[in-house]
Amino acid sequence: MLLNQFLFLGAVLFCIGVYGVITRRNAVMVLMSIELILNAVNINLIAFALRNGSVDGHVFALYVIAIAAAEVGVGLAMVLLVYRNRRSIALDELAEMKG
Amino acid sequence: MFGAEVSGVAEVVQAYGWFLENAWIIPIIPAVAFFLIIFFGKKLPMKGSELGILSMLATLFFSAMAGWQWIDAVNSAPAGSAMAPVIKSWTWWTTGGFDFTIGQHMDGLSLTVLIVVAFISTLVQIYSVEYLHGDRRYTHFFAALTLFSAGMMNMVIADNMLQLILGWEIMGLCSFMLIGHWWEDGANSRAALKAFFTTRTGDVGLLVGTSVLFFAANDWTQKTLGVSGFSIRGVSAWALSGDPSSAAITVAAVALFIACIGKSGQFPLHTWLPDAMAGPTPVSSLLHSSTMVVAGVFLVARLYPVFWEGLNITGSSFNLIVVIGGITILIAAALAFVQNDIKKVLAYSTVSQLGYMMMGLGAGAWLPAVFHIFTHAFFKACLFLAAGSISHSASHHSFDMKKDMGGLRKFMPITFTTWIISTLALCGVFPLSGFFSKDEIIDNVGHNGYTLFMVIGLIGAFMTAAYMTRATYLTFFGTPRGASAGEHHDDDHATDHAHGDHAHDVHATHDAHGAHDSHDSHDAHASHGPRESGPLITIPLIILATLAIGAGFLNATPFGAGWENMKKWVEPSGAVISTTGIEEAHGGAGASRIVYLSPQAEEGAYSSPCGKETPKDGICYAPSISHAKFKWSKGALSLAIVFAGMLVSWFMSVQVFERKNRALAGLTKRNKLLGAGHSFLVNKYYLDHLYEKVIVRAIAHPIARGAYRFNQKVLDGIVNGTGISVRNTSRWVYRNVDQKVVDGAVNGSGAAAQGAGSALRPIQSGKVSQYGALLFGAAAIGALVLVIINT
Amino acid sequence: MIASDVLVAQNIGFGMIAAVMIVAALRVVTSRNVVHAALWLVLVLAGIAAQYILLAAEFVAVTQVLVYIGAVMVLFLFGTMLTRARIGGEANLDNRNWLISIPVAVILLAAMLYALGDGFGDEKLPQETTPVSVQQVSDSIFGPHVFPFWALSFVLTAALTGAIVLARKD
Repeated sequence: MLLNQFLFLGAVLFCIGVYGVITRRNAVMVLMSIELILNAVNINLIAFALRNGSVDGHVFALYVIAIAAAEVGVGLAMVLLVYRNRRSIALDELAEMKG
Repeated sequence: MFGAEVSGVAEVVQAYGWFLENAWIIPIIPAVAFFLIIFFGKKLPMKGSELGILSMLATLFFSAMAGWQWIDAVNSAPAGSAMAPVIKSWTWWTTGGFDFTIGQHMDGLSLTVLIVVAFISTLVQIYSVEYLHGDRRYTHFFAALTLFSAGMMNMVIADNMLQLILGWEIMGLCSFMLIGHWWEDGANSRAALKAFFTTRTGDVGLLVGTSVLFFAANDWTQKTLGVSGFSIRGVSAWALSGDPSSAAITVAAVALFIACIGKSGQFPLHTWLPDAMAGPTPVSSLLHSSTMVVAGVFLVARLYPVFWEGLNITGSSFNLIVVIGGITILIAAALAFVQNDIKKVLAYSTVSQLGYMMMGLGAGAWLPAVFHIFTHAFFKACLFLAAGSISHSASHHSFDMKKDMGGLRKFMPITFTTWIISTLALCGVFPLSGFFSKDEIIDNVGHNGYTLFMVIGLIGAFMTAAYMTRATYLTFFGTPRGASAGEHHDDDHATDHAHGDHAHDVHATHDAHGAHDSHDSHDAHASHGPRESGPLITIPLIILATLAIGAGFLNATPFGAGWENMKKWVEPSGAVISTTGIEEAHGGAGASRIVYLSPQAEEGAYSSPCGKETPKDGICYAPSISHAKFKWSKGALSLAIVFAGMLVSWFMSVQVFERKNRALAGLTKRNKLLGAGHSFLVNKYYLDHLYEKVIVRAIAHPIARGAYRFNQKVLDGIVNGTGISVRNTSRWVYRNVDQKVVDGAVNGSGAAAQGAGSALRPIQSGKVSQYGALLFGAAAIGALVLVIINT
Repeated sequence: MIASDVLVAQNIGFGMIAAVMIVAALRVVTSRNVVHAALWLVLVLAGIAAQYILLAAEFVAVTQVLVYIGAVMVLFLFGTMLTRARIGGEANLDNRNWLISIPVAVILLAAMLYALGDGFGDEKLPQETTPVSVQQVSDSIFGPHVFPFWALSFVLTAALTGAIVLARKD
């Protein structure tokens, strides 16, 4: 197997995730897109770990997974709070911080 | 004396004596007195006049003592010696390797004029105490008189031309101040200005002449004598050394003579002298008769070698000086006939006598001319002071003979007597002083080959006698008129204060006193007729008249060589002085050098090696001059002419003024030709008209107008234009640079910041997705850039 | 991409899973239904786990399945449930930024693909490898990388506490 095929796969997933982050109105959807991005990064890490024959990539990937989980937890808590206060989680309606 | 018969070897004798060597003190005394009078005079009991008189007495003493020492030295010198003058000089400034010196040059000529100045100044100051009593500017008058004396004495003893010019200019300044003493009357200040400008016109010649002489002579004098080209002795020697080019010395002589024309009132610059009579009478008698106006004659006599060579006095029968002198004699004498103002008669008489002196000098009669300075000073000063005495005590400050005088001999005996004595002296009646001086001039002029001018001199003598007789008749004989008759001129008192339109006509001068109150105190105007003046006035008159009688005997040529003392004492030796070991002796006991005297020629013609054939090892300081031998026949001829003039004039005066002879009186009004001649004379040959209205106006008006136009259009135009352009520039700068550019930049930067802020504000929209878009967009572009760069 | 003869099976497996993943990812970001998007995300995550297996990272694959699919996706679904008024599709799930995002994504993709292709070319992964053992991983975690482990524990604690604090009703 080529290294590049995994890397390409990661790149594609990353870009799709970027598209999702930018485009999606729903806050939960944005979080999902962020998950896509994180997973793409993970694929990269593991691929390189295999290439280099080291375990560091695995460890890093595990840490990313853990962080992602924590982040989703907090993020969803925030979304809930927003929903409670505003009855909507459309991001383009949350513009109170505009300058 | 020694120039006449002896030829051979003789000595140079250096005169010495404390007063001779320290004669430089003499001008300093009145100069110091001037400052003291200015600062302290008003507080003194006699208001400063005591300082003036004291200083004059001191100078008289010093001059007399110096003169005595000189005479002593000359008398005790061996026969045939050449007297060396007492010369001292001090350097007061050095520049460019050139020393400017100040010093003294004492010899017979300077002592003669010095004694005259000191003596007459003393008498005039004493006279002025009475004459100007109560005057509004009494103190300053004495200050100016004292300063004048200082200036003239400085000029007389000067050893270099710069110092002479200094004294010359001080005299001109004092003349201006004194003529315009009563300057509240516009006519007086105009007269003062006229005097100043006219003499100034001549002074250009003085500067030009001095410069030419300096640049031409300096090399020779430095090399041969070790003195600069300003030194009078050096220039005299240079002139006779054969070194100068004839062009240079002629130019210098002409230029210097132009200055003398101005200062000594020769034709054509004589017009200021009669107008100078606007000053107080003491001024007229001191400055404008005996002392200042002879400064020009003195200059010619002093630098005689320059004129001798430059104008070729020996070689021809006419030259510039003698022609001008001769013309002056005649025209001034003619003008004296038509004056009604007694001072103007005397002024024209002065001009005429100055013409005699100049003519004498121009014809080689050096000693007679210098002697005439001496004698003329006494009798002319006496005449002026007598005129002042008349105005002071008889004619209510009027000088008009026809209106306010007449028959005064009964009332003013002393004045009358002194006047007569002085008039006879002026006319040259034996044995008074004028005979010995004026007739010697005429005699020597003829002897030296200037026959025409001898005739002119004789005609002048006739006219002098005539106009003086006329003036005497009008003043002292006949019936008293006007003020002399005791009439008041109330209008004088009224209008004396309103001087704006006070009729200052051609014929009369008024001593316009301002302090009439003090005059009222001693001139009880209520009723008094003419009377004799007080002693302070009459004593100087008596002294001067005595001298008018006796001064002539100092050089009484008719009585033989033993009586010719002035010649012995004053005339410089025409000897050639050997240059072996030559140096100027500065004081000290008689240093002698060998001299070779020039052989003198016979009477009638003379030749001198000095000038054209100066021996190469010799220096001449003065030309050797021959003298006419006195013949009683010549003396009798001139006396006859004088008496003829007096008789004719007496007859005419009696007929016209007293008897009012129908045929003669009013002749000039009836006869057209005589009337034209009369008005020609009355208008002073229209010379004033020519000078002021034609020449000055033609030069001054266009120049003045042009200068005014230049000033207004060009200079003001430049200034205004600069101002306008600056203003426009600043306005433009304000509008464009300040408002638009600078303010624009300032405002623009604010607007730019604001705009940038407004432009950047939408970035912070508060929308998270937009932030994310920006973030990833930047990342994308960054990635792109990185990729592109690294490939 | 030139496949090797020996590993044809792995390549085909990779290809199929990759295709599924990409499609599913696309469906995640374009789906109108939030729940559907979540389910498609599950598919993506599962595919990633399979890729991990292919990359000889068994422990990570299992962790992925357990944590991501088991916990995170459940969390997502709970969150969706709690923040929606209706269940079903809703229109307008995209905002106006799609004009920017498509070019951004494309540019990014192009840049990355080019860079990767240029950087790594035809580099092959090692063939005969044994899968990484758990022991190796744990040795690494508790060995050289223990500090991040501790930090991670802090983070997890903070996240736990924070989530509780944020979401509780007062």
